[in-house]
This record gives sequence, C-alpha cells and structure tokens, in this order.
Amino acid sequence: MFEYAPAPESRDVVDIRPSYGLFIGGEWVDSQGENRNKTVNPASEEVLAEVAWATEADVDRAVQAARKAFGVWSALPGSERAKYLFRIARIIQERSRELAVLESLDNGKPIRESRDVDLPLVAAHFFYYAGWADKLGYAGYGPGPRPLGVAGQVIPWNFPLLMLAWKIAPALACGNTVVLKPAETTPLTALLFAEICAQADLPPGVVNIVTGAGETGAALVNHPDVDKVAFTGSTEVGRQIARSVAGTGKKVTLELGGKAANIVFEDAALDQAVEGIVNGIFFNQGHVCCAGSRLLVQESIETELLDALKRRLGTLRLGDPLDKNTDIGAINSAAQLAKIRELSDLGEAEGAERWSPACSLPDKGFWFPPTIFTGVAQSHRIAREEVFGPVLSVLTFRTPAEAVEKANNTPFGLSAGVWTEKGSRILWMADKLRAGVVWANTFNRFDPTSPFGGYKESGYGREGGRHGLEAYLDV
Amino acid sequence: MTKAEKPGRARAGKQSGGQTTRRADASVDAAAPAASGETAVESVDPVESADGGSGVGETAPARERAARLAVRKTYKLYIGGAFPRSESGRSYAVASSRGDFLANASRASRKDARDAVTAARKAFGGWSGATAYNRGQILYRVAEMLEGRRAQFTAELAEAGTKRAGEVVDAAVDRLVWYAGWSDKIAAVAGSTNPVAGPYFNVSSPEPTGVVAVVAPDEPLLGLVSVIAPVIVTGNTCVVIASERAPLPSITLAEVLATSDLPGGVVNILTGSAAEIAPWLAAHMDVNALDLTGVTDEGLAVACEEAAAENLKRVFRPAATDWSADPGTRRLTAFLETKTVWHPTGV
Repeated sequence: MFEYAPAPESRDVVDIRPSYGLFIGGEWVDSQGENRNKTVNPASEEVLAEVAWATEADVDRAVQAARKAFGVWSALPGSERAKYLFRIARIIQERSRELAVLESLDNGKPIRESRDVDLPLVAAHFFYYAGWADKLGYAGYGPGPRPLGVAGQVIPWNFPLLMLAWKIAPALACGNTVVLKPAETTPLTALLFAEICAQADLPPGVVNIVTGAGETGAALVNHPDVDKVAFTGSTEVGRQIARSVAGTGKKVTLELGGKAANIVFEDAALDQAVEGIVNGIFFNQGHVCCAGSRLLVQESIETELLDALKRRLGTLRLGDPLDKNTDIGAINSAAQLAKIRELSDLGEAEGAERWSPACSLPDKGFWFPPTIFTGVAQSHRIAREEVFGPVLSVLTFRTPAEAVEKANNTPFGLSAGVWTEKGSRILWMADKLRAGVVWANTFNRFDPTSPFGGYKESGYGREGGRHGLEAYLDV
Repeated sequence: MTKAEKPGRARAGKQSGGQTTRRADASVDAAAPAASGETAVESVDPVESADGGSGVGETAPARERAARLAVRKTYKLYIGGAFPRSESGRSYAVASSRGDFLANASRASRKDARDAVTAARKAFGGWSGATAYNRGQILYRVAEMLEGRRAQFTAELAEAGTKRAGEVVDAAVDRLVWYAGWSDKIAAVAGSTNPVAGPYFNVSSPEPTGVVAVVAPDEPLLGLVSVIAPVIVTGNTCVVIASERAPLPSITLAEVLATSDLPGGVVNILTGSAAEIAPWLAAHMDVNALDLTGVTDEGLAVACEEAAAENLKRVFRPAATDWSADPGTRRLTAFLETKTVWHPTGV
C-alpha cells in the first residue's frame, strides 16, 4: 500500500481576528461584561481568537435590536426578503473555501466534510428558504401566515454553520428577526456570517450574533421579549429549555439527541452497508445527533460484516483536519473527549469488547480513534446513552420483528437506517421504526427540501422543507 | 333531573308511565322521532319549568315512587374498553345546572390514570397500525351511534345547563363525521415528496405521536368530541379527563364509543378532578403528548407544562376555542410526527 502524501489546505484564505465583539444591530459592539472565551483549534490546541461572553444585558440589547428590526423586516414584501436571502446564499458560495477552512479550524472536522458536505448544504438552505419568502401563502398555513417576532436561537458545535443556516434561513424567510448564539467552542464561522450579512446589506438588527456559553443561551431563551425559541443540542439542555419556557406561550422547537439503530439484514449489499455504517457513525467524528451509533446486525452475517467493517476501518485516515485526505478529524473539545473516554471505559467495564484499528494519534489536540464495541447488550450504557463520538455499539437480531423491537427500545427517536435488498421489507421496517428520519440503503443524507426532526425525546418540530416553516409562523 | 324531560315526553306524545330515570327517558325518546325530542328540550327553560321540587330528596315526586322506582345509572370510568369503578372507591356528587343532584360520578385516582395510560399504550400498536380507511369508518360509526342516542344526550346536556342542547348534539355528530373524513386525507395534506438534490426517493409522511393525555374542556359533548376525534383519527390513543363540572355526558359518550367498533383502550375517559389527575399524566413517562385545552387554572397549566418537559411531551395549549367554528387541521397536526424516508434510486 502506498501512503498518501500530505495535502493540506491553506489557512491563508482565512483572516482570523485576535478578538471579537458581539454583532448587534448591524454593528460590532463590545460586551458589557468582563468575561471572554478563548476558542481553540481542537486539532492543535492553538488559541484561534478571543470572543465575548455576552451578559444578560448584552442579550437584552440584541433582543431589542431584533425587536426594532422586526417592524421593518416583517413589513418588507416577501419578494424583497427573498432577494436578501438569495444574496446571502450567493456570498456563501463565493466565500465557501474561506468558510470551510475556518469551520475545520474551529471545529476540528475534516476539510473534506466541511468543504464537500457542510458548505454546499449551508448555501442550499439559504437558496431553498429564499424561495419560500414570497410564497408563504402557498405553504398550507392559510393565505397570509404571520411571522412570530424575535427568534432566540441556540445552536451546537457539531455543525456550526449548517445549524446556523437551518435556523436563520427559515426564520428570515418568514419575516422574523433573530438573535443567534453559537456554541462557545465554535463561534468563528457565525461571526464571519455576521460579516456576510453586512456584505449583503441586510437591514441592521435582522440578524444578531451573541457569543457566550450556557449562561448566555439561558439569558436568550428566558428573555421575555423573545417570541420563539429554537434549540439544537443535548436532550438534557432541551429538557431545561422546555421547563423554563413552560407557561410563557413562546413557540419552541427542539432538535435533541439520538441513538440511532442502523439495521443490517443478511441479504444487504455488504460493501454498501459497510460504507453506510462508516458514514453513519464516523462522519464528523460521530458528533452527529442522528449518527447510527447502534449497529443491529442479523446474527447470520455478524462475523462476515464485522470482518469487513474492521478491514474498512483500517483504511480510515485520522489526523490533520485541514489535510484533504483526512477521514477523521479531532474531537471538538477536551470536555467532549473526556465524556467519550468515560462512556467507552464504561463499555469495557460493563463487559462489552472494545476494538480500534491500529492508529497513531497526534501528540497535541483532542483525538479519539474509531472504536467498535461488540457483545453489547441493550442494558449497557453505551447502547442507551448518546456518546457523541466515533464509538459504535454492535448488537444482533434474528427476525425483523426483533430488529424493530430493539431499534425502538430507546427514549430517543431521531433517525434509523435499514439495509436490505428486499423492497417490501424496507417499507415494512420504515413503517414500524419510531424515528423522524429513516434512511434505507443509505445514511446521513440531508437536504433543505427534506423535513428533519425527532420523535419522543429527540425533540419536537421539524427543520427543512415546507414543514420547517411552521416553526417560524404564527399557526 | 326529569324536569327538562317531562315536557319533551308530553310533546312527543308519550305517556310518561312514571318513568323518571334518564335511562328510561332516553330509551323512550330514542324511539320517538328525533326532531320532536330536540324541539321539546329546547323549548324548556329550566328556570321557568321549575315545578317547585328541589333538593336531592324531592326530585322524584311521590307519585313516581308510587308507580315505579327509577333504576338509576351508575356512572363509572372508561378504561381499556371496560367500565370500572375508580380504584380509589371515591366519587363526587354531580349536580344539574340548577343545583339538583344528578348522580355520583367516579373520582378517578392516580392509579386509575396509570391504568388508563397502560390501556392506551396497549391499544396504540393495533390502532395506529389499522388502515386510515378503517379508522375513518370507525369514527363514522361513532357518529352513527351518537346520532342514535340523540335524545339521551340532549337531555343530559340540558341538565348540564347547555343551551340549545339538541343543536349541540347535532354539531357533535357532524364534527365526528368531519374528522372521520380526515383519516385518509391528512397524510396527503400534511405529507410531501421532497425533491432532494441527488438520486434519492424521499418522502415525508405524518404518523401518530403515541399516547395523548387530554384535559377536556368544560363543554361536555361538543368540546369533548372536538378534542378526542382529531387525536384518534390520526392513530393516536388517548386518556381523557372529562369536564369536572359536567362529567355525565362523557361517560355516556364512552358507552357510545364502546359500542362503535372502537378497540378498547383507544379512548379512555376519567372523571374527577383535573387538578388532581392532570399532573400525574403530565409527568407520566409513557405519555407522548399533552392537550391542555380544558385547563383554565394558569398555575396548573404551567405545572403540567413543566412536568411534560421531563420526557419532552408535545404540549398543545390553544387559546380560548370557539367550538362552533371550523376547527381546521391544527388539532390533527398537533399530535403528528413527520417521518422522512430516504432511499437511493438507480438500476
């Protein structure tokens, strides 16, 4: 086997400022508090920049700016709002290399994924919802559906720009204004997006970006003048948000955790299934809420499939996220790495067998090798809890009914995968699985035209498609 | 309780023959032309028709006792298709709008609520798996059975103080028929095929969310039907807390449901105190959604919403509802999930 020569993407396309303020009312302003966060490159632990830790007063200022802008923005004809969104989509395409490199630097994800998956999807979401802005009367919510007002949006660190697009594009298309809080470990692309809003001449206050940690998010969610709360993140924080907005009448959408079953039947096309399993759990280092973290394999092909899977894992390349040949990048933060280690150690302690390919980890940064646990029982914590890392639990089944039973045996219900060549079985399984997205003979596909969201404790509401508009309309 | 009915029987040309219980009246009225029963009841102003008797001991005049002692109905709960008494053994007195004693209704306990959730969960697989056509037929059957008991409901509603009770029964029947027709259409209206940028077949369709706990509004029949029908026509099962003030038509509706081919457990009706039972349902980990339509106490509503956060129940809490207005699809979609299925296309 030949080794690949390093093929690093250049960082020169990105200009990172040493320090960032808050983007409020179309201007960069300083935080009124003293606290600042450092955001680091998880692949090297190098400090990339300092960002403000917005206080309650900062959040209040941002909400007021959004409230002021709401009158202007919601009064614009939909066709004008559409043009702004189309503009933003175009600028994202023009600056996509810059955004992709910055995303990989700040998040640790391979440039192959930020460049080929994240950025095209980000642009696509703005294009898609731009088209809705002047067609809301056709969306099935009555002839003149009205926007809600100010949307408070809190997004996670696993897909910083994509989650921003999922939140901001439909909100703006419907005539709302937004205050968005990016995750504390990945704020940089959201701050670059603020520049893009300025380039597009978006009216001041329509988009406001406040950086900070959980406290800032809580201040935003609890602000009395926020009409709509949109959150993507952990089920635990989702629960807190649901509790804190109880009785306020705020409209809430939550996209929370998952523990997806990826179900492989004995008649599945094996090589395709192996690729799907790898894509399902090792895409974005497993930092995916809909990751296929539970492999349910039919007992008759367990050995054959695991052999093929292990062979495939041996070819995955872990390392520099900016290298175009890298498959697996860095774990986003020290805290997340600690959590993955804790749950993996528990997996071993509870009796599951752990396997990773021979794989050297860089000295600096946060790294975790792709890992498989076999002999997993449904009661094991690695089979029940969301690891949010490159850790796959393997369980077996004998009959389709047993596969359904095991797949649905979780409080989550975000996604599921089915691999079989038998069409009628796919339809039967898709019908029985209690999950918001079912991928048959594929996995981890996303598209702005396609509603995404969970059943049960994976949260409520849908993002994407016509369904995604409902979250931002008074219906 | 018979005051409102006596003129009705007279108009319908029936000889009262000393029949005084609701049940007996209903069977008589049901046999009579429906229109006459309705007109009769509507023409009665409960206040004006007061015959001087009042209070528990005097509602059955001596002449009736002399002819025949009424066989009163025992109002129980409706759980899993059966009519059990409350596990707690408790009941509470239900009065007419004029304050007359009507019956003792069961006062459901936390255990009853848990049993009802168990029954609803058990019924969910079969009911959600039934074809939409089948569910629509069964809802229509409920409307048929309700229509057949028109006089009984008209009388019960009149006692509960409902004005124009006959029209309200009509509206309840019509609402059931309206929702029945939605069973096989909501997927077309709320679903979609999605033109994704790639070689995939991709379709989104609505599915029931699971077990829904419903606090019914204080609108004993039309409101009750309007909250139950949209929940079940889409394949959910439910546990309903009936109007506390006027629970009797709810249990009579349960009799309609029980004889309508609706599988046991799809609808479970509890009578008693919403303040006492609702928090347990809101906190129950096997309940998927909460309809707080009937909760008027702000503190109770907030407590329920907070409890519902624990397993992220879907909470539906509409503003004041006009039950005579076109309901739209809001109540249908509130308890639906959207499932998106992807499959590659190719040869």
